[in-house]
Amino acid sequence: MEIFGVPIQAMMGQLLIGLINGSFYALLSLGLAVIFGLLNIINFTHGAQYMMGAFVAYLLLNLLGIGYWWALLIAPIVVGITGVVFERLMLSKLYKLDHLYGLLLTFGLALIIQGLFRHYYGSSGQPYAVPPELTGARNLGFMFLPNYRGWVVGASLVICLLTWYVIERTKLGAYLRSATENPSLVQAFGINVPRMITLTYGFGVGLAALAGVMAAPIYQVSPLMGTDLIIVVFAVVVIGGMGSIMGSIVTGFGLGLIEGLTKVFYPEASNTVIFVIMAVVLLVKPAGLFGTEK
Amino acid sequence: MAGFFIVAPAVLYPVFLMKIMCFALFACAFNLLIGFGGLLSFGHSMFLGTAGYMAAHSAKVWGFTPELAILFATACATLMGVVTGALAIRRQGIYFAMITLALSQMIFFFYLQAPFTGGEDGIQAVPRGKLFGLIDLGSPATMYPFVFLIFISGFLLIWRIINSPFGQVLKAIRENEPRALSLGYDTDRYKLIAFVLSAGIAGLAGATKALVFQLASLTDVHWSMSGEVVLMTLLGGMGTIFGPVLGAAAIVTMQNYLKSLGFSS
Repeated sequence: MEIFGVPIQAMMGQLLIGLINGSFYALLSLGLAVIFGLLNIINFTHGAQYMMGAFVAYLLLNLLGIGYWWALLIAPIVVGITGVVFERLMLSKLYKLDHLYGLLLTFGLALIIQGLFRHYYGSSGQPYAVPPELTGARNLGFMFLPNYRGWVVGASLVICLLTWYVIERTKLGAYLRSATENPSLVQAFGINVPRMITLTYGFGVGLAALAGVMAAPIYQVSPLMGTDLIIVVFAVVVIGGMGSIMGSIVTGFGLGLIEGLTKVFYPEASNTVIFVIMAVVLLVKPAGLFGTEK
Repeated sequence: MAGFFIVAPAVLYPVFLMKIMCFALFACAFNLLIGFGGLLSFGHSMFLGTAGYMAAHSAKVWGFTPELAILFATACATLMGVVTGALAIRRQGIYFAMITLALSQMIFFFYLQAPFTGGEDGIQAVPRGKLFGLIDLGSPATMYPFVFLIFISGFLLIWRIINSPFGQVLKAIRENEPRALSLGYDTDRYKLIAFVLSAGIAGLAGATKALVFQLASLTDVHWSMSGEVVLMTLLGGMGTIFGPVLGAAAIVTMQNYLKSLGFSS
């Protein structure tokens, strides 16, 4: 069976890959959007933290024999703690200054982290096996769905929606959002804003690390896995709207799908299509599709 | 500073010094935009790389002499600056940086696939040719003064731009754009001109670099090159005249000497 001259197996296969990429875009851009929304800092280190998450999972397995499911829990916490330490010691000094300095600091840190990992592990990837419970594939009739891929898409959807719910619909989320608008007033009400900011940064970093753990069996664990991904994730965040949570989720999945479709019909443009969309959105609606003009 | 570069080849490896000069020119061009214009462009590598490819291609395939190749490449980079600047200037601050990044990525992926660039291999064995058809640039003895001349003229051009009525208005726009607007200056036009000048000089640096190394590759258009120039300018000092030169020198030196230790970042 064919749609537009493309066999349906190929189309579905690419759409699935697009969805998987989209789930990583969504998870990572969610973390970035949360951090930017609250701290007004562009966290360039996000890609490196994603890579650290994957490496923690790899090290847990190879050094301590701790498997995937525990790594899903431990890696975000470990990397989140490093994020919290970094924020407390270095990043918080820059809040009063222009966005620019935070961006440059996180950029520098990303380079340092990547350089260190590349020094010890080289540029090629280390393998990480799919956990035994998730191996194999399911025949859905119109395509074969590898179980692990299905898990990745499903889990990221759940995590994204959970995060969105916490931020938009709970009291804690309300505190976070009000602290974004007017930190001094919220602090005057007695809420410990600096601590919330630190924990939010740690949470964003933890999300990146979680994405890294989930990515480990699909893409190899390599020090450079975050570098090219981070630029695409920036594009996703900008298109979705830099402070908007739902924006990053929808845009992440959406752009993953669009990229997958472009690969089917016009492969040469698949890398550029996201940036073309980003340029168009920036010119037409700079606040992003779901963002509000500040 | 000129004295240093005149004397240094006696002690330091000339190609290393030429590399510093090219990157210093690139950083100075970038500094024109960020230090004096207040605009962070995260896509400056597209100008460096485009000029590099254009110079390499014209010298190798079309047989241009070096000065024509460099002029042609600079013109290409300036043209690209006009087009991208017109698109990017519409937004400020972080959005400006993001647009330049997006445009630079598009250019990168275009060059990755375009046949004339040679993809991952790049354009290799670019002939240095004969300057004005007379002076053979093959050896460092003749190439070095040529590069030095280009560097000094580029630097003097930037210095002249900064210390001119145009430069003063640019600084005013950087400090307080609404005020400049209310005084009657067409800020968008000033910013665009600054962007185009910065793009052109970055292109000059890129074209010269391609001839010095006789290679034009994808590294020059990758976003990490944009990041490097940001680092150089930041390290040396944004908004100062000699800062970017020092920053470029520091980073190129560190890259050179730390490579042997196995660290590369």
